Order: sequence, then structure tokens, then C-alpha cells
Amino acid sequence: MREMLYAEALVESLRHQMATDERVHLMGLYFLGLTKHRAIMARLHADYPGRVYHPPIAEVGYVGVAIGAALAGLRPIVDMATASFMFQAFPQIVNEAANIHYMSGGATKVPMVFHFNHGIRGGGAAQHSHSPQAMLWNTPGLEIMAPSTPRDVMGLVNTAAASDNPTAWVDHVRLFDTSGPVPDDKDFSIPFGVADVKRQGGDVTVFASSWMVVRALEAAETLSAEGIQAEVIDPRTLSPLDEETILESVAKTGRLVVVDECHRRCGVAAEITAVVTERAFGDLVAAPIRVTTADVPIPFSPPLEQHVEPTTDKIVAAVRAVTDSAAG
Amino acid sequence: MIPDLPADRLTDYLRRMLVIRRFEEGLIELAGEYAVGHFHVYIGQEATGVPALAQLEPGDVGFTTHRNHGHLLARGTDPAAMFAEILGKETGTNRGKGGTLHIASLENGFPTTSAATGGCTPLATGAAFAFSRLGRDRVSVCLFGDGALEEGTFHESINIAALESLPVIYLCENNSLEALGQKANEYPSSTMAAAPLTDLAAAFKVPTITVDGTDTGAVHDAMATAVGRARGGGGPTFIEALTVRWPGSRPIWPQLLTGPTDLSYAWDPSAIPADYAVWHAEQDGLLRYVRELLSAGVLTPDEALAMDEQVKDRIERGVRFALDSPYPPVASALESVYA
Amino acid sequence: MAARIRYIEAVRQGLQSSMRSDPSVIVLGEDVRYGGPFGATKGLADEFGKGRILDTPISEATVMGMATGAAATGLRPIVEIMFVDFATLAMDQLVNHAAKLGFMTGGLLRVPLTVRVQGGVSGRFGAHHSQSLEAWFLHTPGLKVVAPAFPGDAARLLEVAIADDNPVVYMEHRGLYWTKGEVTGNEPASGSVVRRRGDHVTIVSYSRMVHHALAAADTLAADGIGCEVIDLRWLAPLDLEPAVASLRRTGRAVVAHEAVTTGGVGAEVVARLQAARGIRTRAPIARVGAPFAPVGAAPELEDAFVPGSGDIVGAVRGLLGEAPPRTDGQKGGRT
Repeated sequence: MREMLYAEALVESLRHQMATDERVHLMGLYFLGLTKHRAIMARLHADYPGRVYHPPIAEVGYVGVAIGAALAGLRPIVDMATASFMFQAFPQIVNEAANIHYMSGGATKVPMVFHFNHGIRGGGAAQHSHSPQAMLWNTPGLEIMAPSTPRDVMGLVNTAAASDNPTAWVDHVRLFDTSGPVPDDKDFSIPFGVADVKRQGGDVTVFASSWMVVRALEAAETLSAEGIQAEVIDPRTLSPLDEETILESVAKTGRLVVVDECHRRCGVAAEITAVVTERAFGDLVAAPIRVTTADVPIPFSPPLEQHVEPTTDKIVAAVRAVTDSAAG
Repeated sequence: MIPDLPADRLTDYLRRMLVIRRFEEGLIELAGEYAVGHFHVYIGQEATGVPALAQLEPGDVGFTTHRNHGHLLARGTDPAAMFAEILGKETGTNRGKGGTLHIASLENGFPTTSAATGGCTPLATGAAFAFSRLGRDRVSVCLFGDGALEEGTFHESINIAALESLPVIYLCENNSLEALGQKANEYPSSTMAAAPLTDLAAAFKVPTITVDGTDTGAVHDAMATAVGRARGGGGPTFIEALTVRWPGSRPIWPQLLTGPTDLSYAWDPSAIPADYAVWHAEQDGLLRYVRELLSAGVLTPDEALAMDEQVKDRIERGVRFALDSPYPPVASALESVYA
Repeated sequence: MAARIRYIEAVRQGLQSSMRSDPSVIVLGEDVRYGGPFGATKGLADEFGKGRILDTPISEATVMGMATGAAATGLRPIVEIMFVDFATLAMDQLVNHAAKLGFMTGGLLRVPLTVRVQGGVSGRFGAHHSQSLEAWFLHTPGLKVVAPAFPGDAARLLEVAIADDNPVVYMEHRGLYWTKGEVTGNEPASGSVVRRRGDHVTIVSYSRMVHHALAAADTLAADGIGCEVIDLRWLAPLDLEPAVASLRRTGRAVVAHEAVTTGGVGAEVVARLQAARGIRTRAPIARVGAPFAPVGAAPELEDAFVPGSGDIVGAVRGLLGEAPPRTDGQKGGRT
């Protein structure tokens, strides 16, 4: 085991893919956004000049080119920087990449990865703060990974790169500065559809992915001091979703708080809530509570931004509310 | 060259250019201390935006990009309200909802700013469409950099503008000259197989003009031609204004690499420092315009300095106003989603 | 007695009356001058002239952006997207621009824009022309979304959408175009409505699935099971008051739509219903929706994909303890 920054683990996993498979090409430059860590990424670019494509500002064009390249023998990992720019490339992602395998009757494969930096990064305002996972989840044909730790990003990238399906890799710039242990084995992989219990607890189940895992763990720490033990479940991939681990936890706790950075209406939290109320109906002793970004575009002004996003305080309050509510 | 205008109009152009320059310099200092999000400055392009937008009349509209400050200021938007917006304050142009990327000013003809590259081209085309269908004698200006031509929306938009003969002017500010390309941590320059960029518009049979974007008079004339054509029912025009990328805009985050602008460089070449000497001596459109006004006898160095002091004072007051302003009440975060 | 007309004629009527009463209303879309592929705009160019019925190039992104720009500067445009699937081409302009301009400008700007889309499974069109994508629009703050099921609502709610000062996505179902119904002009402008009364199970639905819900209710009534059928009509804003009131009585609910279950509108309805005050259901709220797969073009595949009245009947019986209660949103489609 080694201790690494998330940003370092991310680049190391990309470097490993470049080193082990010549078909892996990177398209787009901003895997690490405009953070200070981008210099690590620049070194990777310098080491593989022929396999890093610097595209024009033409998302629908270069993303489509990446999909076409995947059909013809490459295994591209294509970066769209801020997830809001996904919409420029939307028809290529949801109409083409997601459907091609199915439409071909299972003959054609689209082995590629779409990388997005999602969520509220601070000052991104309405056009640079999007969380795309709910819309992508409503799109059959895409795999969706949303790692939260250096170990998970490395293990999931290995799986995504080996997958013959188009995978959406939803990242968060606020994770880049976090650190954690990473296995020495660079081939270590984490299978899709296997959730991780990030913290054990018997009183309430807290579902969270990506950056929200960090906040959920902070909240769990605060709550623990009050005597409330929260179990934090990180699905790691939304598609496929490990429903069983969530249901097992809810069977134990009887209570659920779903934390997610997407907007509330038709967001990830709605689907998780619906799945649990359908499948764990007899286990629930209180109605699940959603903690999400409000149904408004993201405002620029810092206090307004914090008012609409899912904060640690809001998670704490939701857990208190769900544990206070009467059985029934 | 200087435009063929009375002296008061000529000095008004200079005042507006100075407002932009001092605003952006002030912002770079401010951004060192306060979180303003990713921002972009208009330094080096004042001699394009000011004379170009001066050709518009009240009711005409412009749609700009992430590099929007200069355009808003050129048409007279209050710097104090812009600083306040950039700091996310209640007194900002958008009451803190937009920030630097989305500044709007209806009274100055900027309904919104799209920060998605290529996002503004259909919007500007649509405003021209509205003017044409409503029978209003108004024009719409689409302001964008060379990068926006990489997006498909431009090609779709100019096709429709040409087919419908819409009163829209596509003003492409090509600031990629001497941009340092794809070097790490530098902004990439545009990635276009087409050259010159006017060839793109010509393919749609849209009249084109190429101008030196640091030549105030040339920009004035080009834009006057385009606006006249649009208002006269002659349809769209594509203008490419060429400027050199300001050295401070080459890194991803703007830096005051050339120092605060010293107007004396315009009349005293010996004052120009060795660092970035070519920029000060040849590439800065603002200093070029000061030189032209001096040689035409429109202005003296003392008058220029006095005007600059007034502008600096206004900018300082604007910064103070923004810093002293309150943040909006948090409940407003949930308002204005719907009309 | 009000005339019974086809759904597609009701859409045309809604367009026509809005254009007559407001000269700022214009239509933009591909082939709209000759009426479009289904005839929704037929005859409008003759009455209102080519200036107000613009045939556009196949340029969805720009048409959406143009309409947004025109809406912000004085017109009240209606964009016709020929198939909702093609809205994907215009998503940046719709999501990042039209939906957000009012908010981003702190309320300075209004975008009175109507986006007409048609979709759903009908006629063996395959994966690129059969989708139900409303969840994306609901997930976009700033948009309103309406999905009428009957000709009366098709005409009335289109007029309401056009008169609204916000961007509204108006969703037509291709499979309803030739169904007939009364157009009274007295249909309520907002909210959901109860289409059928019943005491045992609440069925919440919208668009064509309302017809399947009513057919399922007929089938179940023969067995003595009373279903209350709620037609949501507007998906954003989402009015669940009648559904909550109904669920308080019945204690059992099915949410049915034609879209893919996972991440769909049904998830949002379930999440809200189960959290509503005073709700204690006797069984989990069931979702009926499409499986997690694209639409196959072959008739057998299409029929297997699209949920219908039989699925609703099965779900209701399941809630009453007669069969498994759940349709599996994740089934199918994965490799």
C-alpha cells in the first residue's frame, strides 16, 4: 500500500493504461481541470505525444471522432472537462455510443471511456457546475462510475479500460486534493456493480457517491459523537448498481438518507429512493429522505451556491430527522 | 488611423478604452484576494470593442462570451455593478446569480452572456431573426473569439443568417496571434484548418471584412459598414479583427505580466521597459490610439493623464462599492428559476 | 356538445388560436411550412405567411438557440423538434441557455419559448425515433414540461404553454395523433386531474399511458378492483396533490409511464409520494416503465419493450398480493 493524492492516482491509472495497451488514446486535455495538479497530466501528455489528441473546441465533433475510433480499433479515453459541456456532445453520447451495441444486435462494440468533471467546484455558476449522472443513468447502454477515493479511481479505471462498453467516468475536482492508500499492484481492479461500505453503522444508511462520500463521512463523524451510527454506502458505479448491498444495510438500519449532488427532480436520489421503497418496503421504519442540490440552476454568489448544494450540515440534519421520525 | 469623428467622440472612445483597461487591471489584483471563479480579461482588445460597439444604437443588442467585460463596459455598463457581480454581491448586474461568466445588462443591450464556447452564435442570430420578423430597425452583434468557430453552432447560424438575410454582424476577435499554442499550462490558440477565417463566412456568401483590431479607425469603419448593411436590409457581415494575445492572457489565469499600463509609454519611448517592449511599443491598441490622438493634436499628454486619473478613481470607487456591498439573501438562491 | 377531433388536429388548433391572438407567436422547424411529417402545422403558412412559419435547415442546436435569442428579444417562438430524439442535438442550447437565462441574469430576462416534441413508441421506428426523454427535461431546473393525453388538453395546454413566459417543453405522443376527443376550451390550465374514481389502487400516469391505465382499470373493474386513475398532465411543475389524496384512501399506488424506468419520472413520483405527510402505504409503490434497454426495431422487440395495460394490470394485482409486485427497471440490455 502507498499513500497517494486522488489526482496522482488518477494520472497513474491513465499512465498504466497507456503503458499496457497501445490502443488506449487520450482525447481532450482537462482530466484534472484547471487545478494545480494539471502539471502531472502535462507530463503524461509529453511522454505519449502521439497518443494524446488535442482537439479543437468542438465537443460534438471530437467526441464523435472518439466513438468512431472506438468502433475501428482504438480504446479512447475522451475528456470533456466540465460536465456541462456534455450537452454539446449529447447526441453522440446518448444516441450513438449508448445505442450502437444494441442496435447492431450485439455485434458492434464501443470500448471507450467518457470523462467528466462534475458538480459544484466553487464559482462555476450555471454553465460550469453540472452533475450529469442522472441523465446518463436514464440512458440504457452506458456504464457509469463515480469514484470517491484514490484507491477506487485506480481500480475502476482499470475495469473501465478493459470494458467493451462505453463508460461514463464522473469525477469531481474537489476530490483531487484528497489522499488515501492505493495498492502497489497497478493491475488491481474493482469490478463494476460492487458497492463499498465506507463506514459501518447500525442506525441509519447513508447512500453517497463521488464527492458526496467525503461529506457523508464528515457527517457520520459528527453524528457518531451524538450517538447516531451511520453506515455510509458508496455504490462506486451507478450502472450497474449494487442494489443488494444497499438493501442489506437498510434491512439492518431501517432508515435511509440518500445524498447526491444532482438536482433533486428525477435525480439519482429519486431512483435510489424508489428502488429501496420498492424492494425494502418491509424493512423501512421511516420514509427515506433525499439530500440533493436544489432544483435551481447553480448561482454564482458564494453564499447562494452553498445554500443550494448538499452540505455536510444538511446531511447531518437529514440523518437526525430520519432517526427522529416515528416508526411506522 | 483615427476615425473621422469630432474631437469629443474621439476622446470618448479613449475614455471607454481606459475604463476597460483599468477595470481589468483592478480585477486581476482583486482576484488575488477574493474568489471570483475562472475569469478572462479584455486587455489588448479595447481598440476593437470600443469603436465597434460605438456603432450601435440604443435597442441594438450584443451577445458575448466568457471574455465579456470589455464589451459590457464599452457600451457603458457600470463598472461598480460589474465588480459587484464578479464578487457575487446583491448589487451586481445579475444580483449575484451570474458571476463573471454570465454578466447581463439589458439597458446596455446585453441580454445574457453564454460561457459555453459557441453558445452565443445562435442566440445572436435569433435576436436578429426577432428584429427582422418584428420589423424593428435593430441589429444584433455576435461577439466571439476565433475558438467559437470550432463549434458547429457557428456554421449552422451563419447559414440561417445568410438564407434569411438577417441583421446580424459576426465580429470575430481573433486574439490568437502570438498565443503560444498548445504548450502546457498555456491557453491553446484556435485549431482551424480554414485560413483566413473569413473564408468560412465567404462560403456562405456572407460579405467579410478583415481589420487590424488595434486600429481604432479601421474597426470603426468596418463596423459602420456592417451595421449600415444590416440596418439597410442587406443581411449579415462577418468581420475578423486581428489582435495579438496580451501576454498576461497567455497563462490560464490572467496575470499582470506587463504591469499596470503607463500612458507615458505612448509619448516617451525611453520609458518603455525591456520586458514586453514590443507589446508596449507596437501591439497594444490602446497605446496606439493615444499616440494617434497626440499626433493628430486631439489630445495632450496632460489631458490623457488627467482622464486616466478620473477613470482610475471611478474604478477604485467601483471596487470599494463591490467590496462593501452585501451578499444576496440566501433565499434568493431559489428565486428567478421561472418568470 | 363540443366537437370530437383528432389529437393532431387539436395541436394544430392550439397553434392556430395562439398565432391569431398574438402576432409575436412564430413557428420554427424543419418542413413546417408544408405541415411537418404529421400535419401539425398544415395550413398555417397559408394563413399567417412565411414570415411567421420558418422552414429551418436541419440545424437543431442553432434553431433552439435562435428561438431562445428571439424569445429574449420580443418574440414568442414555438420550435418544432421533429422527433424528441433530435432534442439531444439541441441540449446545450436548451439546458445551458434557454432554461437558465432567466436565473443567470437574476430575473432580468424572460424566455417565452415553447418546444414541441413528439415521441414514444409507435410505428416501428427503432432506437433513434422512439424514445421518451421527459426525465431529462424534468431534471433541468428552469424548464416546464407538459405531456397531454387527450385532444382537449392538447389544444388547451399548448395555448397555456405558448402564453407562459418560461421555456416549456410540450410533449406529444405520436401514438395518440389519430385518437379523438372533445375540445371544450374549458380544460383546467394547470395541475393534474382524476380521470376515473376508484377505491382500491391509485394509478398515476401521463401521456399515452393514461389510456393504458384506463384500459387496465376496466379490466380490473370486472374483478371488483376499483382503480383511481390520475392524469398528471404537467410534469414540471409536478402536482401530486390529487395523487396523495387518492393514496391516503387507497394505500396502494402504481406509477406508470412509457419511458425507461431507471432514472425516470416514476422514480421522482415514488420518492415524493412515499415522503408525503400522512402517507402510510399498505404495499410498496410500484413502477411500470420500459426496461433498461434501447428500443428494438423488430415488431416483437418493440412490443416486448413498450409497457402497456397488461403490465399495469399485473402491477395492480401484485400490490394486492396476487403476483410479484415489481417491474425490474434494470432488467435487459446489458452485455
